[in-house]
Order: sequence, then C-alpha cells, then structure tokens
Amino acid sequence: MSSVPNLAPALPEIFLAIIGMALLMVGVFQKKTDNDGEVRNARMISHLGVVAFVLTGLLVFTVSGPSLSTFSGMFISDPFAVYFKVLVLIASAMALIIAQDFLEQHKIAKFEFTVLLIFATLGMLMMVSANNLLSLYIGLEMQSLALYVLASFHRDDMRSTEAGLKYFVLGAVASGMLLYGASLVYGYAGTTDFVLLAQLFEHSPETGSSLGLIVGIVFILAGLSFKVSAVPFHMWTPDVYEGAPTPVTAFFAVGPKLAAIALFIRVMVGPFGDLVGHWQQIVVLISVASMLLGAFAAINQTNIKRLMAYSSIGNVGYALIGLAVGTEAGVRGILIYMAIYLFMTTGAFACILLMRRGGRMVENISDLAGLSKTHPLVAAALAVFMFSMAGIPPLAGFFGKFYVFMAAIEGGLYALAIIGVLTSVVGAYYYIRIIKVAYFDEPGDPLDADVGRNIALVIGATSLAILLFFVYPGVVVDSAAAAAASLF
Amino acid sequence: MIPALVFLPLLGAIIVGMLTFVDCNNDKAKKARIDKIAHWLTSGPLLVSAVLAVLIFNDVALNGNARTVELFTWIDSGTLDISWALRVDSLTAVMMIVVTVVSAMVHVYSAGYMHNDPCVPRFMAYLSLFTFFMLMLVTADNLVQMFFGWEGVGLASYLLIGFWYKKPSANAAAIKAFVVNRVGDFGFVLGIFTVYVMFDSISFETIFNAAPLHAETTIKVFGGEFHAMTVACLLLFVGAMGKSAQLGLHTWLPDAMEGPTPVSALIHAATMVTAGVFMVARLSPLFEYSETALMVVTIVGGSTAIFAATIGCTQNDIKRVIAYSTCSQLGYMFFALGVSAYSAGIFHLMTHGFFKALLFLGAGSVIHAMSDEQDMRKMGGIWRLIPVTYALMLIGSLALAGIWPFAGFYSKDIVLEAAWGAHSIAGGYAFWMGIAAAFLTAFYSWRLLIMTFHGTPRADERVMAHIHESPKIMLVPLMVLAAGAMFAGYMGYENFVGGNAEAFWGDSILVLPIHNALEAAHGAPFWVKYLPLAVGLAGIGMAYVFYMWKPQLPGWLAGQIRPVYQFVYNKWYFDELYDWLFVKPAFYIGRNLWKTGDGAIIDGVGPDGIAAATINIARRVAGMQTGYLYHYAFAMLGGVIILISSYMLFGGG
Repeated sequence: MSSVPNLAPALPEIFLAIIGMALLMVGVFQKKTDNDGEVRNARMISHLGVVAFVLTGLLVFTVSGPSLSTFSGMFISDPFAVYFKVLVLIASAMALIIAQDFLEQHKIAKFEFTVLLIFATLGMLMMVSANNLLSLYIGLEMQSLALYVLASFHRDDMRSTEAGLKYFVLGAVASGMLLYGASLVYGYAGTTDFVLLAQLFEHSPETGSSLGLIVGIVFILAGLSFKVSAVPFHMWTPDVYEGAPTPVTAFFAVGPKLAAIALFIRVMVGPFGDLVGHWQQIVVLISVASMLLGAFAAINQTNIKRLMAYSSIGNVGYALIGLAVGTEAGVRGILIYMAIYLFMTTGAFACILLMRRGGRMVENISDLAGLSKTHPLVAAALAVFMFSMAGIPPLAGFFGKFYVFMAAIEGGLYALAIIGVLTSVVGAYYYIRIIKVAYFDEPGDPLDADVGRNIALVIGATSLAILLFFVYPGVVVDSAAAAAASLF
Repeated sequence: MIPALVFLPLLGAIIVGMLTFVDCNNDKAKKARIDKIAHWLTSGPLLVSAVLAVLIFNDVALNGNARTVELFTWIDSGTLDISWALRVDSLTAVMMIVVTVVSAMVHVYSAGYMHNDPCVPRFMAYLSLFTFFMLMLVTADNLVQMFFGWEGVGLASYLLIGFWYKKPSANAAAIKAFVVNRVGDFGFVLGIFTVYVMFDSISFETIFNAAPLHAETTIKVFGGEFHAMTVACLLLFVGAMGKSAQLGLHTWLPDAMEGPTPVSALIHAATMVTAGVFMVARLSPLFEYSETALMVVTIVGGSTAIFAATIGCTQNDIKRVIAYSTCSQLGYMFFALGVSAYSAGIFHLMTHGFFKALLFLGAGSVIHAMSDEQDMRKMGGIWRLIPVTYALMLIGSLALAGIWPFAGFYSKDIVLEAAWGAHSIAGGYAFWMGIAAAFLTAFYSWRLLIMTFHGTPRADERVMAHIHESPKIMLVPLMVLAAGAMFAGYMGYENFVGGNAEAFWGDSILVLPIHNALEAAHGAPFWVKYLPLAVGLAGIGMAYVFYMWKPQLPGWLAGQIRPVYQFVYNKWYFDELYDWLFVKPAFYIGRNLWKTGDGAIIDGVGPDGIAAATINIARRVAGMQTGYLYHYAFAMLGGVIILISSYMLFGGG
C-alpha cells in the first residue's frame, strides 16, 4: 500500500518544478528571429517567473499548518520551513525583478537566467524542508549547481567566468566534506533520518559523544559553513561576489544564505540538538571569527560589492550567535535577523545596481560621491539601509541585532554578545562611510540619471520595510516565534 | 488662591518670554508698544499675586489656618515619594509677602529704569520667572521641591546678572555666581541625601515628626562616626551659605552687581539671598537637635556681619557698598537663627527686604540721574537736584542703621538682644561682632549718603547739567518700600517676636525649651537694649566728622594704617586667594587633562589608536585574500582541522 506518497506537503515544490520546466520549454520554443526578440522573450519569462514565485508563495501558505512529513520522512513541512520558504521566495522574486534591466544593459538578457533562478530556488525550498541527510544533500546540490552557472552567467566576462569556476571548485570541496561527514554520521549512528537521529541521541547519549560521530558533525558543519560563507570557509565569497554579475550577487547574498542558515539551524537543533554541548563551542568559534573578519576586512575595501561580501560574512556571524545559544530564543533571534537582513541587503544591492556611468557599471565606493545631489531619494534609501546595517535604532537592523544579542545574554554567552557589539561598532565605520561619501564628498562625474521602474519599486518597498519595521514588528516577530517553537 | 499666587508669575514669564521673539526691526513705536505690553503682562500678575499674598497672610498667619495644597505626584520610586505641594504656614506667608511685594515694586520700577534697554521683554520675563521660582522655594513641601526652587532662582540669578551679556564683566560675574553657588548646592544636595538616609523620606511633614527620634542617631562618614543630625544640618547649611553669601562663599555677591540695579534690589538684596535664612528657619526642627550646627551658624553669621561691614567702609562703588551691607545684614540674620531666635532672624529678613530694596532702587535712581555713573567719588552735591530720591535714601539708611523708629531699629535690636540672651560663647561673640558691625553699618551708610549727595559736585558739567529726578513710575514703588522701611518694624514687632509670637508662628518654627534666647532677650538689661542705637548714632556722627567736616581725615587715616586699609579695601583678598587656590589649579588641571589626558592619552590610545590598529588589522586581513583557488581550499581544510582539534583538545560538554 501507499505506493503513492502524500504529495500535499510538497505541493509548492512540485508546482515550482513544473513551472520551471514549462518556462524552459516556452523559452526554447519561442521564435527568436533577432536580438530584440530574444530580449522580449527573456523579459516575458522573467515576468512569468515572478508570477510563479508569487503563486508558489500562496501555495506555501496553503500547507502552512502543523508539521507534515512525507516521502518516508525525507521531507517535512512545518512552520519553520514555511517561514523560510516565504523569505526565500520573496528574495528570489525581488532578485528577479531587479535583474532584468541589468541583464538587458549588459546584453545577457537570456531566458535561462529566470529558469536557473527558479531551479536554484527550488533547491532552496527543498533544503529548507529537508528532514534527512540525503534530501539535505540533494536540495543543496540542486541549488548549488544552478548557482554555479548563474555566477558565470556573463560568460564573455573574465571575472564572471572566474567567479563561476572558483565557486564551483570550492563548492565541490565543500560538498565533499558534507558528504563525508554524512557518511561518518551514518556509520556511527546507523541512520540519516533526522527524527531517528534525534531519538537515538536522546536515548543513548554515549553514541552521541563518540569521537567519530563528532568528527562527522564537524564535517557537515564545515560544508554548511561554506554555504553560509562563515569563516574560515568564506574565502570564495569576496571573489565570487565581485566577479559575478551584480544581480546574481544580490541573489547570492540573500537567497542561498537564507536557505543555508535554515538548513544549518535545522540540522544542528533537530537531529544534533541533544549534542549541543559538543558543537556549541565550534559554532561559537565560527561565529566570532566571522564577526571579526566581516568587520575588519571590510574597512579596506574600495569595491562596494566586495564590501558587501564582507558585510554578509559579518552578518552571518551575528546570526550564528543565535544558533550558538542553542535555545528557542536564540533561533527566534536568527529568524528575525534573517528576515531583516533579506530586506536590507536586497535594498542595498538595488541601490548598487543603479551605479552606472555612461551605461557601464561602476563599483567603487568613491563613485557614490555626490549621490545625494543627483539621486536624493536613492541616497536617502541607501542611508536607511546602511544605518540599518550599522544597527542604528529605530531602523530594523537594530532590532535584528537586539534579538540575537539578547538571546546570547539570556543564554549566558556574554563574551559572544560583547564581541558582537564591539564588531558592530567597527562595522558601523564602513557602513556610515558609505553615507558620508554619498552625502558629503565632492561629487565626481554624476551617475546615470535614469532609475528603472522595477528597481525603484524594490528600493521603495525595502526601505519602507526597514524604516517602518519598528511600527509593527509583530508581523515578523510573532511568526518567527512560532517558527522557532516548531523546532523545539 | 495659593496656586494662583504661585503660578501667575510663571504665566506672565512664559507669555512675555515669547514676546522676546517679536522682531521690531528698529521700529521705535513698535518696540515701545511691545515693551509696554511686556511690562503690563508681568507687573499685572505680580500685583495680583501681592494682593493675594496679603490675603493669604491674613488668613494663614493671623488667623492660624496653615495648610498644604497638593498639586500632583512628581516622583514615586521605592520609598522616595515626592509630590508637588504648596505648603503654606506663617513662615511661608511672611516670605510670600516679602517676595511678592518687593517683586511687584521692582517690576513696576523696571518700566522706568529699563526704559531704554533693547531687550525689555526678556528682562521682564526673567524677573517674573525668578519670582515664580522663589515662590516655589518658599512654598516647598519637601526638600527636593525646595531644591527645585533653589536651583531655579540660581538660574534666574545667573540669567539676570549676565543680562547685559555683551559686557565681559557681566558674563564673568554671572559665571562666578553660578559656580560659587554650585559649591553651596553640592552641600545642599549632600544634605538632602543625608536626610533621606536618616529618615527614608524628604517630606517636611515626615522628617519634622521623626526628628526627635533621630536626635542621637550617628552616621558613618569617611570611616568615622558622627552625629547624624549635625552632619545633615551642616551640609544643608553649606547650601544656605552659598545662596546667602556667607563668609567664604560670599565672593559672588558683590560681583553680581554687574546686573541691572532692579535685579540687585530684588534678587541680591531682598529675596534670593535670604533663601538660606529661610531654609534654616524652615528646617528649625532639624537644627534644634544639633548644638554644633547651631553654633557654627552663629559663628559664621557673626563673622560675616563684621567682615562684610569692614569692607563696606572702603568701597567706592555705590552698589558694592550696599552689596556688602547686604552680606553683613545676612550675617545678622544667621546668628539670630544660630541662637534659636528664628523668628527674630525672619523678622530682620522682612524689614531688611524692604529697606534694602529701597536702598538699591534708590541707588538705581541716583545712577539713573547720574547718567549711569556708579562711582561715589564722582558724585556729591546733588541732594538739591533730586530731593525725593535723597529723602527716600535717607529713610532707607536710617532703617539700615537701626535708628528709632525705623524698621531696622526693631529687628536689629531683637537680633542682638537674642544673641546676648543666648548666654553662650558663640552668642556672646555674635553679640559683640554685631555691635561692632552696627557701628560700621551706620558709618558706611552715612559715608554713602554724604559722598553721594553732599559736599561739592565732583561730576563733570555735562553730567551735572543732565541730572534729573526719576519719573513717577520709579518713585512710587520707592515710596511703597519706604513705607515698609518706616513702619514694618513697629507693626510687625508684636506678632513676630513680641507677646503674640507663639500664636503667630504656630507650628512653622520649632524652638526647644532649652533654647530660650528670645525670652531672655526681652529681659535684657538697659545697656544691651540701647547699645545698638548708641553705636549707630556714633557711627553716623563719625561719618559726618570724616566726610563732612574734616574731609582730609579719611585719606590721612588710610595712610596711617596702610596695610590694614589695603587688606580691607581689597576685600580681605578673598578673590585673590580663591583665584590662587581654586581657579588657577582648576585651569591648570583642566588644561593638562585636555592636552595630555584627553589629547595624548585618550585620543591617542582610544579613537586614534584603535582606529589606526583597526586599519592595520584590516590591511592584513584583506591581504589574506590572495585570489588563488588552492589557498582558499587549503584554508577550508585547515579550518576543519582546527575545528576538530580544538574540539578534541578542549572538549565540548
């Protein structure tokens, strides 16, 4: 019996997969007589892609009930997964919206971009719902393969191809580590299922404390750390962020981070939750190293995309504080933090996408000089994002940090909270320097005046979200609390 | 009625304060109109307040209906429960009369005196604001509310001393007044803390009721055991010394004469400087339980009386003479308090309020007539030209010198008799110092009168040609005050310190039976009663000899006792001493902390140092990013090894 598994919990993923393949077909069989036709085609697919994300999001809501698992327990849909799926879909949709203009300007507007993005997103959704080390790996690889291609999407550009190659090679190393770790865990525990693992460690702690198993966990941790670009597995980040086309970078900085963090939390808190004493110290180390590196290495950067890369490393460090605490409050802190991070980062990248002079991208921070004169609204939005990242109240970024630091203090990890506060002071320096450049430096040649409607829309929406978060934080905080509660 | 009295001046101050922002653009007519409105909107409420004060005085003091009006809760934290409440008893009622009447007169007078000033609304607003704070101080129901009023009058005083802020000397004087008062206020605050530690409350009601229980309590300060009540009272008295310009903290008062003359009359003679006296009288239920504190008050008061009087004899600035005179008279009030004759001290406070305001405003009238000349050496021979002012100044001086039947006679006599009646060493000291000061008071008062009004004119012709009597709006307030200077003593004697005193004061002042100086005073022998009058007349006579009949005598005498004269003329070198002792070291320390401490150490190690280190680290970290793939892969594997070995070495859980 039950030859057909219950498909309902996986409905959004199934829908997105079908849509992805359908759009691929539509794109391939569309008549493309000339270059214009190809651009039109790509634009249409892109629009359809956004619609697909929105519809998937609606589907996600339809399965947002209590925990449901299916496919022999490989796949789970619980409030935690729903929370992250919504965030991932928002991130993907916004990335798709802001990408189109850039792609057209750089003559790489191809429909495959949308399709790849959809498959990457599908991978992420599966990562978020993974309930077994194997489904975890499949989701992760699905996402990664699409991302490797996206990184080198500007295939005539040296830097883009270099970025794609680096990402691929290092990603393969990381996947190898992850798989090796998974096999060690299987070897010592005899199962890869999260629920069974959790039961095992609960009932026989001695299995959990065997060295081989811990080594396995560390390898898994290393693989996941690579995906969230935590120190010391971060080295690819600045190079890939700088080399990849900017909208791809914008996507990298948000979507995969969200999914990987979700996976990180689920693996650590779910199956290995009872071993918190063993891995806590390692996560603390990673978190501290990430915060420090993110803060200090960014200072010397002149390229704004590299700066954002270090910024994202630092942000992951802050988020991992919540994981290191290992409590429900800590997880809730991460969830809030990541939701805010999504809006801040997407908004900031949308602003970066406007940095064009004579139709060409410029990426130096000094190019922002005089932005407040030529683009007063964009400059104001950029200021909002930067102040928020620096953690200035009452902007949303402050609350994100507040909740994780609070959790750390409640959890007794004072050193972590103190390092977090100190590094955010250092971080404030480079965030605020951007505002200073935009507002007070002598303007050079002005940036191009035209702001695309799509980008303006995203900037407006994200900056308002950051600005007004404190008015009604309940939306995020309550659902984050519910999502965190479903893990414990 | 009571809230109206207190808050009317505040209302006036706020409304008129806004008029300050009206830009007149050199439009003379508009400015005159604005000034007139400002004048009416502040004087009006004050006059109403003064009338109310009389009504309340009648009700509260004469009919014995003391009461407290609760306004609202201010702070409610733990055991600290502070309300805004207006406590009105006989003591407050007396202060209300003095404050509102003098203030109202000064407000009216200012219309004439400040006529040509470019910032009349600001001036009037400050005056009214001051009056509000002063009323807040005297109606306080607890120490913190009193401190609020206390600081408020300090602020108003600062603003008014520095009213002509374009004059550097006025700014310096304002800062000096503020800083010296800070020293006193520090004591006051510590005193409040001590009271709170002792009583767990700062409400007058509570602490007065509990005071007898704490008569023997001790408190640990700097490792030593001290009598708690003495510590609290002495600290509070430091506050009183600052505000009331007693010896040691008096240096700001003469300099405060940089402010406009009506300010000197209101704040630095009649009201604010008496706040210290009021405070000690108000806290009589505490001071009564500390013999030491009372003795200190007596000795400080006696010393200030004689000390300031000597300086008053040598000064040449008409306002400074009166300022030192004020300082000296405050000394009288304090030693009256010190011998537990609180009512006598307050009595003198009241009469002094009238005649000293009269003298200041009269001096203002003279200055006004003399085209802003304040140096008495450049005056003289003008009494025929401004007879009304002369007559009023004469009345004020007679009252100050304590000549019968003027107000000062009654109050000064009872103060001195009480000092004698205390039959203590401190009381005796204060009595003889007071007698000597009474002689000097009469002497410098007539020195002032003679130098200013008699003899040959020493001003130049242009000034002399311009001398004129002040307008009615300035003279009428003077007459009201003169009436007070003439009759307040006679009329108040029976109620304040005479047979009716006990009923009059009610519960507002506490005197323990063992402190019976005031009763003893009434039984003082003949010579004690008439000695003050005799020395007063002698002082007047000597002034006539020195400055009228033998004008060469003062110079000759000053030459004979040159060192003493220099010492007194330079105000006992207090300013120089403080400059050397506090100001210079403070500047030195400040400069060092700034240059070395802040500039080199804090900036060097802190902002600059950390910033430099941060940039240095940043450069190194960024340098690790080589761009080579194998470096990156190596870092990842290295990371795994580090993580695993750190787990194995240090173990988790």
